[in-house]
Amino acid sequence: MSIALRKFRTQPLKYVGRFCLYLILMAGAISFALPFIWMVRTSIMPPWQVYTVPPEWIPEYIEWKNWATPWQMFPSVQGIPAFGRFFINTAVLAVLSVTGTVLSTSIAAYAFARLRFRGRGALFLLLLSTMMLPFQVTLIPTYLLYSRFPVWKPWIDTLKPLVVPHFLSASAYNVFLLRQFMMTIPLEYDEAARIDGASLFGIYRRIIMPLSAPALGVIAIQHFTWAWGDFMGPLIYLKKYEHYTLSIGLRLFQSSLETATEALMAATIMSMIPTLILFFVAQRYFIQGIVITGVKG
Amino acid sequence: MKTVAIGQPTTSGQLARRKPRLSPRQREELFAYLCISPWLINFVVFVAFAMIASLGISLFRTNLLNRTAYVGLENYREMLTNDKLFWKSLVNTAYYSFAMVPLGTAVALIIAMILNQDIKGQSFWRMVYYLPSIVSGVAVALLWAWLYHPDYGLINSLLDQMGVFRYIPRIKWIFAEATAIPSLIIMGIWGTGGAMLIFLAGLQSVPTALYEAATIDGANAWRRFWAVTLPMLTPTIFFSIIMRIIGSFQVFTLSYIMTDGGPNNATLTMVLYLYRKGFQQFKFGYSSALAWALFFVILALTLLVIRSSEMWVFYEGELKR
Repeated sequence: MSIALRKFRTQPLKYVGRFCLYLILMAGAISFALPFIWMVRTSIMPPWQVYTVPPEWIPEYIEWKNWATPWQMFPSVQGIPAFGRFFINTAVLAVLSVTGTVLSTSIAAYAFARLRFRGRGALFLLLLSTMMLPFQVTLIPTYLLYSRFPVWKPWIDTLKPLVVPHFLSASAYNVFLLRQFMMTIPLEYDEAARIDGASLFGIYRRIIMPLSAPALGVIAIQHFTWAWGDFMGPLIYLKKYEHYTLSIGLRLFQSSLETATEALMAATIMSMIPTLILFFVAQRYFIQGIVITGVKG
Repeated sequence: MKTVAIGQPTTSGQLARRKPRLSPRQREELFAYLCISPWLINFVVFVAFAMIASLGISLFRTNLLNRTAYVGLENYREMLTNDKLFWKSLVNTAYYSFAMVPLGTAVALIIAMILNQDIKGQSFWRMVYYLPSIVSGVAVALLWAWLYHPDYGLINSLLDQMGVFRYIPRIKWIFAEATAIPSLIIMGIWGTGGAMLIFLAGLQSVPTALYEAATIDGANAWRRFWAVTLPMLTPTIFFSIIMRIIGSFQVFTLSYIMTDGGPNNATLTMVLYLYRKGFQQFKFGYSSALAWALFFVILALTLLVIRSSEMWVFYEGELKR
């Protein structure tokens, strides 16, 4: 205790600074988390207390039934409640999508970052420009394409339009991000590997990829978040009820649970949990503690 | 020249050799094309078709069902000369974007720097700041529409309790022309969890050796930030700025769900306008023309930033030509 006190006396500014830091962090966090706190408290509230003005933060009693309601809605699919089916579909979609993205965008980014080839600048600009056209105008042509492609068994009503493009590095955002990140890795690493006899692919596999782990973690998290919550894609391309994903399911709930906001909030929170778990695990694993000490000399 | 089996002397007396292998440079190029071939396939098969199709549609006047007429550049002419709403949407969108780019980037960077330090519960804090990005756009818009309600909304209720409205007139947030877009900007900043994550990753890539060297040379925290952190982060900042420009110019869901372009078209963004023209008034030709106008605006701004990047972006591992 006396040591701490002594430290405080000799370096007061540092401790005051720390304290202020925590304060700012808390204030920011509360404002960022406020809508969620509202969601959580709504999900455990009895219906009549949800919209009171001024809003109350502590429920009168905890209505656990709200959390059971989403599981009872809609007919079951093969013995699994509809909500569970939506979960499974969404999980399959998201995992496939993320796997494809990480693999294909990293190799493409490697080419743009580290390899010399004719047309690199122009192709990179083309890559960026694919993000500049609002998707609303390419929506209809793209849908028409998938409804006839391939001719023998079109991809409509399968997960394919939502997954295959990501195995073909459709996500220009991720390619761009990885390319920026890979360009911060010093060339000396590549040269050292070259001297040791590594091929171009070997450099990619042993040097660039491990050093890009923070960026890969970011891509995994962000893409999973996006794929998990994607609404437009599944809405357009999925027809059969058993194929629906969570985002469509929530929308269905919304229209049939018109006045039951509490159950809707419970369903929404449940659908957010996998993403939160992934975030927690991934950011710990990838982003913390990767320290690049640089090249000697 | 007589053809000779490999290994046997030719007429000139020298041993015949196989065709020379590819040079390292050529191998590199071939491998590079191989690497981007998935993307090229995707582009040529799926993306290019849709883009060219929409460009083609913009030269027509059509509702995609029964009435179609070729009008050439008429859509563009009308858009630029006759359409006041086009210019209003352009101004609104530019206002939103030019505020979001610096503000959003700065806030994300600051939060990332704070969360990069050794604080208790680091993972927890990061998750809290990332939470807003996880919620879908529609849910976000609905949530904030409720928050922003001038009478029953949470924000004004809190401000009421703090007595703020005794000194300033009651803020109507998204229901007043002057505060509409600033309200959207606040919402945008609330959602910078993704950018924060990217900056966190970028901060990890700054070699600690540089910080150590700076400290040895007597740099304090502020100086270290300016001389080490910021320059090393410029590739990430470059990415962030360009993505924000591209993303903020295409803002749609917020204004569609919360205000539907109101009040009095104060939040009419370009994409909302083209959505109306296309999916509500069924003027798909004009809608596509609007989209391509937006495309060129974004392209111009992006090229500007890319051009300027040669001056301020530093890549540790940049390839020399």
